[in-house]
Amino acid sequence: MQTYNKVLKTDYEKCTGCRLCELVCAVKHDHVSSPIRSRIRIIKWEAEGVYVPMSCQQCEDAPCGIACPAKAISRNMDMGRVEIDYNKCIGCRTCVSVCPFGAMHFVATDRKVIKCDLCDGDPQCVRFCDIKAVKLVDAGDVSLEKGREAAKRLQEADRKASSLVA
Amino acid sequence: MALNRKIAYIDLTTREIKVKPIPLEIRNRFIGGRGLDAYLLYNHTKQGVDPLGPENVLLISGGLLTATLASATTRTHVMAKSALTNMLGSTNMGGFFAPELAWAGFHHLVIKGKADRPVYIFIRNGDIEIRDAGKIWGKCVQETQWAIRDEIGDPEVKSLVIGPAGENLVRWANVMTGIKNAGGRSGMGCIMGSKNLKAVAVRGTMDVTIAHPMEALEYNKRFIDQITSSKVNQTMGTIGTPFIWGATNSWGGVRTRNFQYNQCEYSDDLEPERIDEIATQTMGEYHTCACYGCQVHCRGKHRLPSGPYKGMYSEGPEYTSQGAFGAEPDCRHADTVLTCNYLVNRYGMDTLETGSVISWAMELYEKGILTKEQTDGLDLCFGNDEALIEMITRICYRSGWLADTLADGCLPSADKIGKNAFDYLVQVKGMHNLHSDERGTPALALNIATASRGSDHLRSRPAIDLYHLPEPVLRKIYSSPVPYHGPLSSEQTDYEGKPWQVFWHENCYMATDMLGICKYHTMFLGATHPNFEDWSRVVQLNTGLDYSPLHLWEAAVRCNMIERLFNLREGMTRYDLRKGEMLNHRYFDEPCLRGAPGVIGRKIDKKKFIKMVDEFYEHKGLDENGVPKPETLKKLGLESEPSHLV
Repeated sequence: MQTYNKVLKTDYEKCTGCRLCELVCAVKHDHVSSPIRSRIRIIKWEAEGVYVPMSCQQCEDAPCGIACPAKAISRNMDMGRVEIDYNKCIGCRTCVSVCPFGAMHFVATDRKVIKCDLCDGDPQCVRFCDIKAVKLVDAGDVSLEKGREAAKRLQEADRKASSLVA
Repeated sequence: MALNRKIAYIDLTTREIKVKPIPLEIRNRFIGGRGLDAYLLYNHTKQGVDPLGPENVLLISGGLLTATLASATTRTHVMAKSALTNMLGSTNMGGFFAPELAWAGFHHLVIKGKADRPVYIFIRNGDIEIRDAGKIWGKCVQETQWAIRDEIGDPEVKSLVIGPAGENLVRWANVMTGIKNAGGRSGMGCIMGSKNLKAVAVRGTMDVTIAHPMEALEYNKRFIDQITSSKVNQTMGTIGTPFIWGATNSWGGVRTRNFQYNQCEYSDDLEPERIDEIATQTMGEYHTCACYGCQVHCRGKHRLPSGPYKGMYSEGPEYTSQGAFGAEPDCRHADTVLTCNYLVNRYGMDTLETGSVISWAMELYEKGILTKEQTDGLDLCFGNDEALIEMITRICYRSGWLADTLADGCLPSADKIGKNAFDYLVQVKGMHNLHSDERGTPALALNIATASRGSDHLRSRPAIDLYHLPEPVLRKIYSSPVPYHGPLSSEQTDYEGKPWQVFWHENCYMATDMLGICKYHTMFLGATHPNFEDWSRVVQLNTGLDYSPLHLWEAAVRCNMIERLFNLREGMTRYDLRKGEMLNHRYFDEPCLRGAPGVIGRKIDKKKFIKMVDEFYEHKGLDENGVPKPETLKKLGLESEPSHLV
């Protein structure tokens, strides 16, 4: 039974690309400033002005866990996350290869893989993102906002169509 | 940690590279960024050095706090002797370059000599390589960056580049990074071009340690809350700096038709709401973007709505471009401003100087000082949008007599054009003013006259002087970290107390530039924003250095003085209209014709202005000629500078 029911939700349309989330993530976990230590990464297409925050989706059926030959990756129900047991991890980077989101990272200096641990319930990326491009929401509510936006578009289209007929 | 970031000396002629640590004693005195650059420039150039020659040095740096947990510590500083002013050249820009430089192991680059063919420098985790730039020479600012990424095969490489304007030695060419992060003013891109240096590309994955990480994290949160709670920054984060336009233009502080009026009439299409509308239509509801680690996100995003570049992605425009391409040439169309903004950012040239120099030429054309033959057939009259757009490209590529002349800077142009062209120039030290009209604001007039890199608003402008803050509030702000008991006035048209305000802001802005912090995070536009007290704490938490607010203030005074020493060595004299701290006669002779009732009729009172400069000099410890007194130099520990002239 999942006791912790929150998930990270990102909204790339809002993201300003400032990468403060990367900075605070690295400092929170490793006590240094270095974007390669961040568990969340802003992927950018500068030429188009598009910035997409990418982080672990804490998959229900996580490919990293399935593929891990050392069985070092498992789901922690209490914390609502997929986590690495560093006592078992052999540093083979299979999880990096299979993650569909590129959210498993290998820190070359430490020779270890890292991933989002939701900061044990208080994600610093969420705390520092003033524009709320990264949010912590109830798992069941992830589609709420998107649904409302789609409904709004439909309603507007409907209104336009009606005015054409009238 | 921040303190183990190094300094690299790169000679492009001999291709010799030396890497050295930054001694703590030097850090303590000059902190970093612009301050340390000023110290290096003063020591690494000789009097009268040819700005376009190999002996000029190009300094590129991050601040002391770059890439640490101090908010918006992303500024890159670039310094050299300017070929536009023949004095101090200095520029400061946002983006993502400086943090990457710090992660690559460096805080300062000292680039000397001249490459025998186009090159770029690539730095990765302490390794420095000079690479061939033959294939990217000629490319625009953005394509240059993407080409470097392709060549290196790393999409995370950040580059500081020049566009064709820098290659063609347009004297006010920018250094640039990203789509529109521009190191403008004083032409540092021109110096890069003169060295055949197309770009400096960096990629870093080295840790920057934080002295007290968790405390720094919490302090940063408080700092951010303070920044984002101000209305100024909330507004700026929604529609960018164009928000300033509405107030300043209606009040009468925007120079129009070069300097004929102080307000752009019938300019609804230039209002921030219109710019915001275009951004919303082309990019959606969320259309601002940010520099590294910044919550102000003041840079607008849009696609060009019309014209030859319709549909192209672009960023900005800033308030300065509304003035440079709207009010000054009296072209009152948002689409024109956006097109011009797009072009200068592609070519890599200063938006303010470009708009100002063309508007000056327009006035000369109107007065018959420039003929149609000299404009190469272009009908260069005010309000001719097409001519304005055409001139930008012509200047960048130096096509035609006029464009080639103007590209050499306003002072040589005035000499070449002859007649009384000089009388219409709105410049100080050979650099144009931004589009703001200071005739109603003596404090701002003093700021542009005494700014170290020529007429400029970002060196010492007490912008909050326009807010009519109550005297007790002013007293609180301006009596820290050093006591001040002199007069202060809430009235922006007064002359009393303004020299202290300009002096205070000069040190405040130097401090941000030494630390690497953006000016939107200090008392530039927001009167509640952090300054010396907060920085002292931020420095301590991030680097472990115990710099009191007073220590930072004194370092700022010292670094401003070094900049002055450099300018004096290059021939600055107080009343010289070309190399001094004096305003064009128009400020004293021509009254404001438009604006608010209290503004109409205003001009600067010359006697009072001179008295203000006197007072400003007193605060700085200078004699009546603007030269530091021996005791001042001694007090600042500068009596033996240059100490190691190279």
